[in-house]
Amino acid sequence: MSLNRTITFAVNGKKKEIAVDVRQSLLEVLREQLGMISVKQGCAVGECGACTVLLDDVPVDACLYLAIWADGRSIRTVEGESRNEMLSKVQQAFVDEGAVQCGICTPGFVMAATAFVEKHKHHKVSRHDIRRGLAGNLCRCTGYDTIVTAVQKCLEDDS
Amino acid sequence: MFNFKSYSRADSIQEAIHLLKENPEAHLIAGGTDVLVKLHKGKGDFDHLIDIHGIAELDFISQKNDGDLVIGPLSCFTHVAESALIRKHIPVLAEAILTIGGPQVRNMATIGGNLCNGVPSADSATPLIALNAVVTIAGQDGSRQLPLEDFFLGPSRVALEHHEIMTAITVSRDNYAGYSGHFFKYAMRDAMDIATIGCSAVCRVEDEVLTDLRLAYGVAAPVPIRCKDTEDKIRGRKVSTQLLNDIAEAVVDDVSPRTSWRAAKEFRLQIIATLAHRVVKQAILNAGGTIQ
Repeated sequence: MSLNRTITFAVNGKKKEIAVDVRQSLLEVLREQLGMISVKQGCAVGECGACTVLLDDVPVDACLYLAIWADGRSIRTVEGESRNEMLSKVQQAFVDEGAVQCGICTPGFVMAATAFVEKHKHHKVSRHDIRRGLAGNLCRCTGYDTIVTAVQKCLEDDS
Repeated sequence: MFNFKSYSRADSIQEAIHLLKENPEAHLIAGGTDVLVKLHKGKGDFDHLIDIHGIAELDFISQKNDGDLVIGPLSCFTHVAESALIRKHIPVLAEAILTIGGPQVRNMATIGGNLCNGVPSADSATPLIALNAVVTIAGQDGSRQLPLEDFFLGPSRVALEHHEIMTAITVSRDNYAGYSGHFFKYAMRDAMDIATIGCSAVCRVEDEVLTDLRLAYGVAAPVPIRCKDTEDKIRGRKVSTQLLNDIAEAVVDDVSPRTSWRAAKEFRLQIIATLAHRVVKQAILNAGGTIQ
């Protein structure tokens, strides 16, 4: 049986219909076929979160997700987060707090943080809750403190 | 690209069983967080995959009229941990699940996959064993039920015939009503780590008497286990610090941990005894008991 399939999904709000191999990860399809190079391959085994994208607004590791499973779903990557040349609230908070060092983990962190902020809007969360919410992302520069502060600022602005 | 040779997708339980029968070498893939990692690392035989990721009838969490809780094996960890039913009736399962991986992994990984993978460190196994969970298994000749405790046969070996698929995980009302529990995972890191030892205690306390205790461990033996000799020994005793000391002493005879790169046997035995004391204590407190 053929290993080729056609999938239809929304990427950053734009409908895409593309041919994929069932053996491809969502990460490979996003990077190689759609040019979404913010989606980084770090560990490739679901430990570092550098490939985090939002699948129907829920963060997943694109490296451990078959592209065919995205059929009919909606994907968000960092490429789609800014509007009219304005950074998203989370992106801006990362800039303001200096939450970016070498930058390789940043797109994954921004997406995980975006999902966390959207999920906890109007909820009181502690720094510990934020750390647990971002536990699926590694920053090898160890710049966690400013990242946590950036997320905290986003949620404070909402309350 | 993952290196498998054939792929078929099942949209129903019957279709999955049919495809398994047709493909004697095929493996099921559900959430993908174990199978795709093994494929990436080139471990094991995953040349032929049957994809059950999208079987909607296996993705549910419900309560029957008699109060029994039923979890569909394709429920992802996040859904189980955030379920109002689970949090209300068996919060010990939610506690355990929230120690697994990180949010991304919990959004993808399924509870049935965790159990069917059959590793001794499966964090969802010990709370479910302590809750006397029963699994339903469907095959070509119909379906059968098995206590989860008997489902684990050895490291990465479970009681599934090739053509069979887990279709439900049930915790009956009499096994959770009136009980409280606690879970603790000892690991080197607070997240994204595999348990050195996992421990679940579920108990019932009436008039300061421990009328029932069910104590389960992960990574304390080749499979997740219950400590039945200890449970039998202490059932019916009055709650006290001495009781906790006796449990911690007795439990060592119920387990058989081994040395691995993660921890030595002696260290594991130390953690097992310490957790017996702490986890049972917290479970007793949660059940309304008092310990001086």
